[in-house]
Amino acid sequence: MKDVFLERRKFVIAGIALFVVFVYICRLAYLQLGQNDYKDTAIHNAIYNKVLFPSRGAIYDRNGKLLVYNQPAFDVMVITREINDLDTLALCKTLGISKDEFIKILSNIKDTSKNPGYSSYSQQLFIPQIPASEYSILQEKLFRFKGFYVREHNIRQYTYPNAAHILGDIAEVSPTDIENDDYYKSGDYIGKQGVEKSYEKELRGTKGVEVLLRDSRGKIQGRYRNGEFDSVPRPGKDLRLSIDIELQALGERLMSGKRGSIVAIEPSTGEILCLVSSPTYDPRNLIGKERGKHILSMVQDQRRPMLNRAIAGAYPPGSTFKPSQGLTFLQEGIITSGTPFPCTGGFKYKNMKVGCHGHPSPIALVPALATSCNGFFCWGLYHMFNNRSKYSSTNEAMTTWKDYMVSMGFGYKLGIDLPGEVRGMIPNAEYYTKHLNHWNALSVISISIGQGEVTLTPLQIANQGATIANRGHYITPHIVKSIKGGSIADSLKAVHHTKVNPRYYEDIVRGMRSAVLGGTCKGAQNPWYEVCGKTGTAQNKGHDHSAFMGFAPMNNPKIAVAVYVENGGFGAAFGVPIGALIMEKYIRGELSADSKVRASNIQHRSIN
Amino acid sequence: MYKGYQTNKGIFSSLDWITIGLYVVLLIWGWFSVCGASYDFSNPNVFGFGSNSGKQMIWICTSFILASALLMIEKRFYYNAATFIYVLMIFVLILTIFIAPDTKGSRSWIPIGSSIKLQPAEFAKFAVALAIGKYMDRYGLSLTNMKEFAKVVGMIIFPMLLIIAQKETGTALVYLAFFLVLYREGMSGSALFAAFSFVVYFVVGLKYEDEYITDMPVSIGEFTVLILSYVFTVGLMYRYERHCPKLTEMVIGGIVINIFAYLFSAFVIPFNVCIVQILVNIGLMIYIGAQYIYDKKFKHLLILAFAIASTGTFFLCDYVFNNILQDHQRVRIEVLLGKKEDIRGAGYNVNQAKIAIGSGGFFGKGFLKGTQTKLRYVPEQDTDFIFCTVGEEEGFIGSVGVLLFYLFFIWRLIILAERQPDTLGRVYGYSVVSIFIFHLFVNIGMVLGLTPVIGIPLPFFSYGGSSLWGFTLLLFIFLRMDAERNLKSK
Repeated sequence: MKDVFLERRKFVIAGIALFVVFVYICRLAYLQLGQNDYKDTAIHNAIYNKVLFPSRGAIYDRNGKLLVYNQPAFDVMVITREINDLDTLALCKTLGISKDEFIKILSNIKDTSKNPGYSSYSQQLFIPQIPASEYSILQEKLFRFKGFYVREHNIRQYTYPNAAHILGDIAEVSPTDIENDDYYKSGDYIGKQGVEKSYEKELRGTKGVEVLLRDSRGKIQGRYRNGEFDSVPRPGKDLRLSIDIELQALGERLMSGKRGSIVAIEPSTGEILCLVSSPTYDPRNLIGKERGKHILSMVQDQRRPMLNRAIAGAYPPGSTFKPSQGLTFLQEGIITSGTPFPCTGGFKYKNMKVGCHGHPSPIALVPALATSCNGFFCWGLYHMFNNRSKYSSTNEAMTTWKDYMVSMGFGYKLGIDLPGEVRGMIPNAEYYTKHLNHWNALSVISISIGQGEVTLTPLQIANQGATIANRGHYITPHIVKSIKGGSIADSLKAVHHTKVNPRYYEDIVRGMRSAVLGGTCKGAQNPWYEVCGKTGTAQNKGHDHSAFMGFAPMNNPKIAVAVYVENGGFGAAFGVPIGALIMEKYIRGELSADSKVRASNIQHRSIN
Repeated sequence: MYKGYQTNKGIFSSLDWITIGLYVVLLIWGWFSVCGASYDFSNPNVFGFGSNSGKQMIWICTSFILASALLMIEKRFYYNAATFIYVLMIFVLILTIFIAPDTKGSRSWIPIGSSIKLQPAEFAKFAVALAIGKYMDRYGLSLTNMKEFAKVVGMIIFPMLLIIAQKETGTALVYLAFFLVLYREGMSGSALFAAFSFVVYFVVGLKYEDEYITDMPVSIGEFTVLILSYVFTVGLMYRYERHCPKLTEMVIGGIVINIFAYLFSAFVIPFNVCIVQILVNIGLMIYIGAQYIYDKKFKHLLILAFAIASTGTFFLCDYVFNNILQDHQRVRIEVLLGKKEDIRGAGYNVNQAKIAIGSGGFFGKGFLKGTQTKLRYVPEQDTDFIFCTVGEEEGFIGSVGVLLFYLFFIWRLIILAERQPDTLGRVYGYSVVSIFIFHLFVNIGMVLGLTPVIGIPLPFFSYGGSSLWGFTLLLFIFLRMDAERNLKSK
């Protein structure tokens, strides 16, 4: 019966088994011992990091008034697998959508190319941020709509319709944000403008996490290692702004119908009391799902309401620039407070003529400031640039001049704690050499009266006011007064001294005081405190810009203010009265009855 | 007729306790794996009868009872009843097609009571093994006799077709394992070789179907299949009919023509070289046909059939693939061959299985610590894909351990089969061996992504009463036969 030949075939059969096992062991070695990312994939599969979002810090004004806070919003969520026996019409009616919309939303959710994280077992966003009123109706009926849920999360809410440029807004992070900071994940919110952006790190707090185990259907099966790796979210810090919201509101009211800016600074601290940019918008327009629509319409708006003109608008300062010139000439010894220059209808020399208006001639510094004499400052610059005993060349004089300007906070960003500040323009010798073939004191003479190439931001003009009020130094202007449980950056407390000796500032103060008493700023005079001011009428391709820079009280100043109204004409037309009202409101707390009438008049004067 | 002693005395001393030991070890190892696979983080109750691990414990205990009972039944009984059992089983299989409710598309489960279901196909294997064993256990039977060979093959194919009719293709394929038994019993090795060849044709033909030789309108897959048909046919001719006249000249001629055609296509005018190769193959067929007409040797006819079928694969491969296979089977094969990357769909199981096993590393994550299997990323994690749990929780060490234990088990069974005094015992023994090899090959192969996803269990590991009872039945009938090896028979 035994067949020796066939019996050898047992080796073939055993060999097959051996071969199979051998191949499988090799395959196991490749899968389990080789370099591959199966391990990571398994972890990504099974571990679900449930992010616990911290509440974002609130924002208050300098007097503790709440400006920005969090408000719960309600997203309608759906678990498609659980939809059962749905009364579609009733749901659509409750949510205020049409049946077509309902079908479209649902098919978008199920389309994994549009919604890569889709799972029929987990909650998917159906309609974001329904109003609280709809929520209360929906909540009553929710039990009838199986598979539909409401998810609560926080959105920003604003107490006042003001200060939009300062407060800024939040929105979903962009891919770039995620790339720049791995704290953010898709769908997170981040400050996009204003202090929401510049103080993002303080406001956002720290996310917490719950490490959970998730099965293949997205259902949570429990905590990973009993919560060993969980962390609690730390809420964001509250900010206290230096803004006085009432002053800000008044400023925005006064600027309505006009383009321009008002900046008020507390000289002793550098704290910004109001920062108005007009036209402005209601910050509430940028909440939630309306944001995109409003942003688009504002971006398309010719008047550019999104632009924060106070820090991002660079304007010719006009005569508000003259104090800086007087100070430079005094410090450089080009003039003394008594040096007179002739001015008969302006500065006339060779072919150059800069017009001026009627006033006695010759004229010294204080009356020159009071009457805003162009001739005086042109002669000053002419003498400075052509002073060969002090400067070897016009270039050197120009460089010296530029250094003075920079020391006063012009030509570079001041470093305010808001995004989007621009540096303005202070030309230097290289600039002119590059752009003009031959240049001399005469060809650049208009910079002495704040025209020509010179541009400043309204913030820089206001800062000049604060510097004069302080008699020679300023503190970096800033918008955040304090951070609860933290402190503002040291750079915002830094004291900057100009290159001009404080005693020369007294001459400028006298000049600005006499401008109010009997010069161009008469409209700022009041019976309660001593105002110092300087108008500006900046020439422009169109109608002149109306500007004002001032501070009060003259001694121990509490507020320095700059007003810039595009196409507003003479400085006295808009700049002076607006500046005066701002100072009055801040120093006295309330406007007098007369002032209220004036404020109302200005509010209703539009410039197209 | 057997005239074995009526007593069970002496049986226990001659039982093969090594195999029983391996059986128990595999069962316990399997039970721990089922615990791992069916463990629920939120309801960690391993012994609860609500959980699969608890139920598996019941199946294991009942298997021990079944095993003890089987050891009481003498070999004589099987010899006498083999035909009856076979016929009964065929009847049950036919009945199942009509009475079984639809379970996930399959009509193979018969519900008994409310929670227990049995799958007759799992039990039919031992019936087939007994029947062919008894049929072959007669003096002078030779599988080289075509008539008898055909009868045996028929006995295997018939239940297979019935199981396919139950939509349990995977279980039906297990019956192919019996051909290994037939091989041991004298079936020509060329049959195995032919089967192997067709698998190669199919795999190569499909995998490289859409890839082309540079600058030539020649599908690498098709061309390779044609060349392989030529080479295999020529190989068979040399193996069995070395002395045919002019064979070597034929072969050299074919090769030269082919090389010339290839060079012509590469450098002169690109054309489909397959046409030339087909002509060469046809030439070879005509040659073999002529040989048959000349000397009427049956072998020539078989080789001719092989040659025609081989070259025919070139035409049939696509047809079978696109028209005969069911959609899900086609997709599984495409995924396996790497023609389709479908992580979410058909490739999902295998991809997740690979992730689970790969994440186990060398030592594994530890008992009940696997996340991939526990959180149901791997489907069928406690039945067909149970090996994932071993891979994830016990790592390389555990997985290799399981494979080596199986190898030891199979090796032991081969020894047992070879020491049987008669054909019934040996055929039955090799049936057991072959079925275990087949299950091991297909089940672990599919988990590792090497064989198509065919839903058959891993013996002793996969959760489920039918398969466990089926394997116990298969094994312990053989162990009792083996225990009687020293008794005088006949």
